[in-house]
Amino acid sequence: MAADTTNSAHWGALAEFETAQDIYHACEKVRDAGFKNWDAFTPFPVHGLDGAMGMKDSKLPWIVLVIGLTGTATAITLQYWVHSVEYPLVISGKPFFAAPAYVPIIFELSVLFSAAAAVFGMLGLNGLPRLHHPLFRSKRFERVTDDRFFIAIEAVDPSFDLDKTVAFLKDIGATHVELVE
Amino acid sequence: MEMKGLDNAGFDPVDGRAPLVIGRTDFGEITREVVRPIFEGPPKVWWVILGVALSLLGVLGVSIAWLFWKGTGVWGLNNPVGWGWAIINFVFWVGIGHAGTLISAILFLFRQKWRTSINRAAEAMTLFAVACALIFPGIHVGRIWLAYWMAPVPNQMAMWPNFRSPLLWDVFAVSIYGTVSLLFWYVGLIPDVATMRDKAKSKFAKMAYGFLAMGWRGSNRHWQHYEKAYMILAALATPLVLSVHTIVSFDFAVAQMPGWHTTIFPPYFVAGAIFSGFAMVLTLMIPVRSLFKWEHIITVRHLENMAKIILLTGSLVGYAYAMEFFIAWYGANQYESFAFVNRAFGPYAWAYWTMISCNVITPQIFWFKKARTSPMILFIASIFVNIGMWFERFVITVTSLHRDFLPSSWDYYTPSLFDVTTFIGSFGLFFTLFMLFLRFLPAIAIAEVKTVMPEADPHYHPEGEHAEEAH
Repeated sequence: MAADTTNSAHWGALAEFETAQDIYHACEKVRDAGFKNWDAFTPFPVHGLDGAMGMKDSKLPWIVLVIGLTGTATAITLQYWVHSVEYPLVISGKPFFAAPAYVPIIFELSVLFSAAAAVFGMLGLNGLPRLHHPLFRSKRFERVTDDRFFIAIEAVDPSFDLDKTVAFLKDIGATHVELVE
Repeated sequence: MEMKGLDNAGFDPVDGRAPLVIGRTDFGEITREVVRPIFEGPPKVWWVILGVALSLLGVLGVSIAWLFWKGTGVWGLNNPVGWGWAIINFVFWVGIGHAGTLISAILFLFRQKWRTSINRAAEAMTLFAVACALIFPGIHVGRIWLAYWMAPVPNQMAMWPNFRSPLLWDVFAVSIYGTVSLLFWYVGLIPDVATMRDKAKSKFAKMAYGFLAMGWRGSNRHWQHYEKAYMILAALATPLVLSVHTIVSFDFAVAQMPGWHTTIFPPYFVAGAIFSGFAMVLTLMIPVRSLFKWEHIITVRHLENMAKIILLTGSLVGYAYAMEFFIAWYGANQYESFAFVNRAFGPYAWAYWTMISCNVITPQIFWFKKARTSPMILFIASIFVNIGMWFERFVITVTSLHRDFLPSSWDYYTPSLFDVTTFIGSFGLFFTLFMLFLRFLPAIAIAEVKTVMPEADPHYHPEGEHAEEAH
């Protein structure tokens, strides 16, 4: 297996594209070629690229739902415990468990927990923060946050073969292909 | 650039809608245009404004220090009017914040693509306005060492705050609003600080922006979760922003005070908040777009859309003023009807009619397209709205309190010098933060603006190549 040693020297192959249209069609071809460890990189979210890459839906909404409901429960428990258990005091003739008066804080804490779950869940699913990444070694890759589109196929992908993969990327319309250490 | 080419307020006969970004612009040019002022360094006038803002910030610091030293006696509060400029300024600043969230969240859910040019700066405005607002509840008792009484923890007498009180709801609402707005804003910034990292020349700038970007690399597997998170945040921020001014209005509406105890307050406060916030967005963005030469990104059409929202919300506010009077008469409650007659014709009539002129009459000029598309008229009108909305809170707070149920306790309220300096000083904080934002962060959402350009569509075909590529 001589190919393995060659593969391990590289992180993968990086192909550059000039337009959103090119990367969209290229992604469809990479998906159909059966690659697994690959990704597209774009300066902005390209509409429909998830489908072109054959990606499944994000699990984030479920995380947000569960943690948001935790916020709801926290608010109910906090207000119940303070006014019914820890410090029961009749104020304005309201009952200890004054459900309508508890609604605003129940709502606010549900929102707070959900928003935190959305942000930190998103970062967690994305494996961020991660300040270094092999792709940052590529000078050309700096334009990914500007006006260029990239596809990277990792060497760990079972279908990865140095020469064939590079040729394949050129074939599907890449204007430039480089190997990333 | 000639102005004619920058006019996209008209109707495009081919597409029906004029483009949001004008000129033969590509993605690279958007990046360059937005990051240019940051790397070129600020124009001279930036230093002037920052200098003035920092001086006012100093005034704020001194005013607050004096308040802490002497107590609330340095303010003009008197016996019937125990709630003065602190609550007025608090409501004023929180209200301004609302437009930022409306632009970033509500217009996002409504797929209003024009929001992309202005949402970043508007959200920044929200954060800084909320920061200014939070000062006032923090200092209003003049005893900073007791500020923790606002937190849901028992105090030194083992007493808990009252969760059945609108004042505690308000602490939760505004602080959570500030937190969620910060998260939302930061999520939006991640791809753009990554752009800054990749464009920065100096090592320090690269590291600083790189740290903030947290390793963002535009991966589509990341974009997927990112877009979902953004959508969820918008869906959360929409009811949140409506709840915030609703709860602020409960501070008044739940009290028994005539002039406050009305069910119209929540929607009326929310409309007023959006009204004042859009005025502040115009006050800020009209100078910014011309200073940084962004007229082709923040176009006349953007300004016109905001003018339409100001017209709508201003008219809603005018309707609410009228309806309050109607109910005061129709409700046949003598205290309520006295409060409103006193409001319009009593000792504070001057404040009431200032409010009416600025809030109800001024926005009516936006029925005319000429006014909606003239940056100068928009700018002047926006200042009037800012003034009018401050007066609205003054009228609500002071005219109700100064003559309550018991005529023997009536009094006239006049602010002291320190009321005025604290309020003016809060503008120092606001503008200092805004100037620093303009200096160091992309004030236009770079990645988002690119998505509304026609070539961002994966099925877009430039003219000429259409025939070959069709399949």
